[in-house]
Amino acid sequence: MPISEQMWLMLVTCFSAVFTSNILLTYFLGMCPFTSVSREVKTSVGLGLAVIFVMTATTMINWVAYHYVLEYFGLEYFRFILFIIIIAAFVQFVEMVIDRYSPRLYQGLGIFLPLITVNCAILGASLFMVIRDYSFIVTVGYGFGSSVGWTLAILAMAGIRQRLTESRIPAGLQGPGITLIIAGLMALAFIGFTGVL
Amino acid sequence: MVTVFISVLVISSIGGVLALLLVLSEKFIANYGICTVDINAEKQIEVQGGQSLLSCLVEEDIFIPSACGGRGTCGYCKLKVIEGGGLLLPTETPFLSDQEQKDDIRLSCQVKVRNDIFIEIEKELLSVRQYECICSGIEDLTHDIKLFKFGLAGSEEIDFIAGQYVQLLTPVYFKGGEEVYRAYSVASDPLNKGAIELIIRLVPNGICTTYCFEHLSIGDTILMNGPYGEFHLSDTESPMVFIAGGSGMAPIRCILSHMLNTGSKRKAVYYFGANKVSELFMIDEIKQFENDLDDFRFVPVVALPDPAEHWTGLTGLVTEAVESDLENAADYEAYLCGSPGMIEASGKVLAKLGVPEGKIYFDSFA
Ligand SMILES: Cc1cc2nc3c(=O)[nH]c(=O)nc-3n(C[C@H](O)[C@H](O)[C@H](O)COP(=O)(O)OP(=O)(O)OC[C@H]3O[C@@H](n4cnc5c(N)ncnc54)[C@H](O)[C@@H]3O)c2cc1C
Ligand code: FES
Repeated sequence: MPISEQMWLMLVTCFSAVFTSNILLTYFLGMCPFTSVSREVKTSVGLGLAVIFVMTATTMINWVAYHYVLEYFGLEYFRFILFIIIIAAFVQFVEMVIDRYSPRLYQGLGIFLPLITVNCAILGASLFMVIRDYSFIVTVGYGFGSSVGWTLAILAMAGIRQRLTESRIPAGLQGPGITLIIAGLMALAFIGFTGVL
Repeated sequence: MVTVFISVLVISSIGGVLALLLVLSEKFIANYGICTVDINAEKQIEVQGGQSLLSCLVEEDIFIPSACGGRGTCGYCKLKVIEGGGLLLPTETPFLSDQEQKDDIRLSCQVKVRNDIFIEIEKELLSVRQYECICSGIEDLTHDIKLFKFGLAGSEEIDFIAGQYVQLLTPVYFKGGEEVYRAYSVASDPLNKGAIELIIRLVPNGICTTYCFEHLSIGDTILMNGPYGEFHLSDTESPMVFIAGGSGMAPIRCILSHMLNTGSKRKAVYYFGANKVSELFMIDEIKQFENDLDDFRFVPVVALPDPAEHWTGLTGLVTEAVESDLENAADYEAYLCGSPGMIEASGKVLAKLGVPEGKIYFDSFA
């Protein structure tokens, strides 16, 4: 495929990853930090930025590892293990580096990094890129788009939940209960984007 | 066979390379060398940089309260970091008031020692330690109050001032529970440094008290830390009035033992309130202090004695008894111990009797 076409495909994939096939609201991946951290807009921003960085970077690294190592040896079925260890090592490494060299960045992002090592959305994005057979350039767009989509969803949720603190919610639904219901409604709303593409 | 061999080789070598990378970067990037922690500008300790401040201090046997084990979820491990603590982290802000943030208070489990660091720890906390205690006896005092006796493991000794309390670490004893600390005033003689006795009232559905009443048995080992608290006798020679109900007996019993130990000649009167005669306890033991101490009077008061109980002492609320029994208390000091409700009611009565507000000391069991 010529580069220009790939660029176009990348943009489309990126767009659809943000809106029409949002990794959180249509695949329900990364629900755990989504429900626990979405209480405040400020922390959601931090977590969102960390996810954007880690997801974009790890899908790229994993693409290379998959196509140049696993495929070479014919060991594609090991991708689960490989992706997991790469993500874990990468996150640890990044945490160490920013902890050392940028206190500001560490204050903003650092504490969220360990939290997302075990985030299934990060692993999910790497697995989807393999299943869907994306090229490297498209993968970049996909990883970036998915994480931006995830961030968008958690920001919207945090905004809603900040308002919820003032509303009266039936006792049984407080906390995760109401969050899941709202997530469901948001997912329905995002389905509306499907017609766009 | 060959595929198995190759796959094992490939995956483990990738894992190995990544691990090596991390080990190397840990050595070169996350190596902060030896750092000094300066405590109250009095004591300097040298620690390996890169760990949390809390774990550095624990290593030096400086015990900072921490109920969550350094996960940043309990907010107990606060201390003042004057310099070198780095930026306030988002994990800390939920636990710090605006004033505390201004005063450089931090959660020590979240502060990482990256360079020399200057901190301030309350004097009181420096003598706080953790003790392993072995339960050596449990006695029923009333239907919902028990006396728990503990011996310190090894030949450990605890130094405390009569009236102070310890924190008992309740282990996880039901599914989904978590470790909690609860404060209990020491009820035993301060000279008996190898033992701790607690008087505990069962709180229905209370986490720690239910554990003590239903799960703790003789021979079990639990952890306590302490001593804490500012509730203790003043240095004056003024006469004193003690008012307590229920488990509020604990610090008063300890204070009376202390007075006996030090040969105190202070005049003292102790009003001990209960609803029924069956809720009174340790009566004979406390009465004995009337003989042993120079000028001590013990006045148990029962609010609603059953006719069948043949109560001959004072009846009514403990506050009423104080009011009618003590006429002029202007030169008295007051020591109150028990529920916040009782403390408030007694405080009002004492104010009426002329006890200055600054002379009313209390330990609220809230
Ligand atoms: C300085 C000090 C000294 C003290 N000294 C003594 C002493 O000598 N002797 C003594 O007996 N006590 C003492 N106390 C009180 C003691 O520390 C405990 O607060 C008390 O024993 C209750 O602990 P718990 O874990 O059993 O109850 P908790 O689990 O803390 O429960 C306390 C109350 O809250 C209710 N509750 C708990 N969880 C919930 C929930 N999720 N929703 C609604 N309600 C809930 C319980 O039903 C109960 O009424 C002292 C306290 C202080 C501060
Ligand atoms: S130890 Fe619990 S918050 Fe620091």
